[in-house]
Amino acid sequence: MREITYRQALNEALAEELERDPNVFLMGEEVAEYQGAYKVSQGLLERFGPRRIIDTPISENGFAGMGVGAAMVGLRPIIEFMTFSFSLVAFDQIVNNAPNMLRMSGGQFNIPITFRGPNGPAHQLGATHSHATECLYANAPGLKVCTPATPRDAKGLLKTAVRDNNPVLVLEAELLYSSKGMVESPDEELLIPLGKAEVKREGSDVSILCYAQTVPLALSAAEKLEDDDISSEVVDLRSIKPLDEDAIYQSIAKTHRVVIVEQDRPFCGVGAEVCYRIQKNIFDELDAPVLRVSQEDVPMPYNERLEKAVLPSTEKLIAAVNKVCYAG
Amino acid sequence: MTSIPSAEQRDEVEMLALMLLIRRFEERASQQYQAQKIGGFCHLYIGQEAVVCGAVAATRHDDYIITAYRDHAHALARGTSANASMAELYGKATGCSRGLGGSMHFFDRQNHMYGGHAIVGAHVPLAAGMAFASKYRGEDRVTLCFFGDGAINQGAFHEALNLAALYKLPVVFICENNLFAMGTSVKRSTSLKQIVDRAEGYDIPGEIVDGMNFREVRDKLAEVVVSIRKDSHPAFVEARTYRYRGHSMSDPASYRTKAELEKYRLDDPITRLRAQLTREGKLTHEEFDQLDKRAKKIVAESVKFAEESSEPPLEKLYDYTYVDRAMEPGRPRPAEREEKQPAERPEKWAEGGPPPATSGTNP
Repeated sequence: MREITYRQALNEALAEELERDPNVFLMGEEVAEYQGAYKVSQGLLERFGPRRIIDTPISENGFAGMGVGAAMVGLRPIIEFMTFSFSLVAFDQIVNNAPNMLRMSGGQFNIPITFRGPNGPAHQLGATHSHATECLYANAPGLKVCTPATPRDAKGLLKTAVRDNNPVLVLEAELLYSSKGMVESPDEELLIPLGKAEVKREGSDVSILCYAQTVPLALSAAEKLEDDDISSEVVDLRSIKPLDEDAIYQSIAKTHRVVIVEQDRPFCGVGAEVCYRIQKNIFDELDAPVLRVSQEDVPMPYNERLEKAVLPSTEKLIAAVNKVCYAG
Repeated sequence: MTSIPSAEQRDEVEMLALMLLIRRFEERASQQYQAQKIGGFCHLYIGQEAVVCGAVAATRHDDYIITAYRDHAHALARGTSANASMAELYGKATGCSRGLGGSMHFFDRQNHMYGGHAIVGAHVPLAAGMAFASKYRGEDRVTLCFFGDGAINQGAFHEALNLAALYKLPVVFICENNLFAMGTSVKRSTSLKQIVDRAEGYDIPGEIVDGMNFREVRDKLAEVVVSIRKDSHPAFVEARTYRYRGHSMSDPASYRTKAELEKYRLDDPITRLRAQLTREGKLTHEEFDQLDKRAKKIVAESVKFAEESSEPPLEKLYDYTYVDRAMEPGRPRPAEREEKQPAERPEKWAEGGPPPATSGTNP
C-alpha cells in the first residue's frame, strides 16, 4: 500500500487496462496532447500512442456514438467526458443507444463501453457545469453507474468497469481529484466489484448512506457527532446501479435510523429510490422516518454563499442525524 | 463511367429476385399490419429497392451495414430470412431480434447487419465507430451507413461526418433521398441546392446516383468501395429515390400529388432491371414470373411461420438487459418477483432466433 491521489489512481487504472487489453482505447476531448483537462490521462499518449489515446473535437454526441459503434464490433472504448455536465449533449447515445442495443437486438450485441469523467457540483461553476447526473443515468435499464469516493475505489472500480461487458458510467468526483488515500501497489491487481457498498466507518446509532463527494462530508460529520455521543455508521454506496441493498439493510438492522446524504437533486434523485426500497423491505427495522440531505431543488447559483446553501453540508447532515436520533 | 465489377458481385438475376422478395415482403407486411397482426410503427421500403440491393451487390458480406428505421429491406438484402423478418414484425421469439426490437430494430449479427435504428441520425456516429474499429484493427472492411434525407439536419450526422473525415474512416454515408422526411419535403427542410453538398462541407467526396437504377447504384458503390479499401477515407453517396407508400403505415401521404407518385412508378427499379435483363436476353418473361412466384411463396411461408411461432416467454422479461445475469441491477429481488403474474407454465426462448452474445464479446 502507498498513498496516491484520486487522479493518480485513475491514471494507473487506465494505464493498466490499456496495457492488458489491446482492444481498449481512450477517446475524448483533450485526453491526448493536452494530457487531460484534469490530467487524469497524463503520460498516456506518450506511452500508448495516438492510435489508442485519441483527441476529439468538441462533439460529445459524435464521439460517444463512435464509442458505442466501436463496442458493437468488439472494441472496448473508454469515453471521457470533460465533465458529465457535457454528457447531456450525448444523452441520446448514452441512454438510447448504449443500454438498449443488447435488448433490442435480442441479445446479439452487448456494448462493453466505459463512460467516465468528473461529475457533480464543483465550486462556483454555475448551473450548466454543476450537474450531478447519477439519477439520470441510473434511471436507464441496461446502464451501470458507479461513484468512487476514494483513490482506492476509483482505481478498483474503473478497472472493473473497463472489463465489464455492459455499458458502465464511472462518475468521478470532481472535487476529490487531488485527495489522497492508500492504494495497493501497482503490482497487485486491484478490482472492486460493481454493486458492492463499503462501510467506511462503523457505528451503532445511525446509518449515514452516502456516495462520491458526500463520503468525506459524512465522515467529517460522523467525527463531530462522536463528540455528542452519537455513533454513526458511514456506508459508501460506491455503486448506484447495481445498488448494494444487502449492505444498506445490514447497517440499518444494526442502527435502526437512517440519513441519506446525496450530491444530486431531491426530486426523483438517488435518495428517493434508496428510501423507497428501505421502507418497502425493512420497514419494521426503522425507529424513525428516513431523512435525506440533498441539493436544494434549484439551478445552481454562481454566488458562493448561495451555492453553499444549495449543497449538502456537514451542518445540514448533523442536523438531520440529530433529528432521526431524536437528539439535540 | 466505367463499371468496376466487385470480386463478389452477385448475379443480376439473383439481385432482381432479391428486389422482388423485398417488394413482396413489404406488400405482405402492409396487409398484415392492416389486419392488426403487426403492432407499433411500420415503415415500408417499396420503391427504394435498388438502393440497398445495389449497395449489397457492390460489397462483401463481411462489410458492416447499419441503417435507420426503414430497415426490413436491409436485413433481407443481407441474408436475414423472410421467416425471421416477418416473425420480428409479429413480435415473436423467432424474430431476428427475438421479438424485442420490432419493425424499426432489425439486427442480424451473422449477416453483419447492425440495425435498425429509430432515432433519426443517431446511428450515423455508430457507423463512424464501426469504421473506426475496422481501421483500428487494420482490416479492409467498409461500413455502409444508410439514412434518409431527414437525417442530414441532425447534429449527430454532422458530428459523425466531421469525425469520419478527421480520422479518415472507411465508411460510405448513403443518403436515401426519397424527397420527404415524414411529410416535410427536402425543399422545406434543407438549405442546400442538393443534398450531396453536405459532404463538401466536411471535405468528403460525394456522388449522386439514380437510386431507381440498380446497375448505377452498384457500379458507383463498387467504385467508391474500391477506392476506400485502397486508402481508407469516408465517402458520401446521395441516392435519389422515392417511396411509393407513406412515411409509415398510418400516413396517407397527402402532401404529395398522384402525378408525382405515378412519375416515379413509371421508373420502377424492378421494372427497369427486368427490362434491361430481358432486352439483353438474360431473362425471359416466364423466368421473371417464376422469380415472382417464388418470392410470393417465400413471403406466404414467412407469414405462416410468424403466426405459428411462439411469443417471447413472459418469465424471460428481464433477459438481455445486462450480459452477465448475476449482476443484473434491474432484476427484481425474489420478494418483488412474486407480485408479478407468474407464467402459466415454464417457457423457453423458441428455437430459431438469433444467437445471443453470451460470451460478451462481439465479433
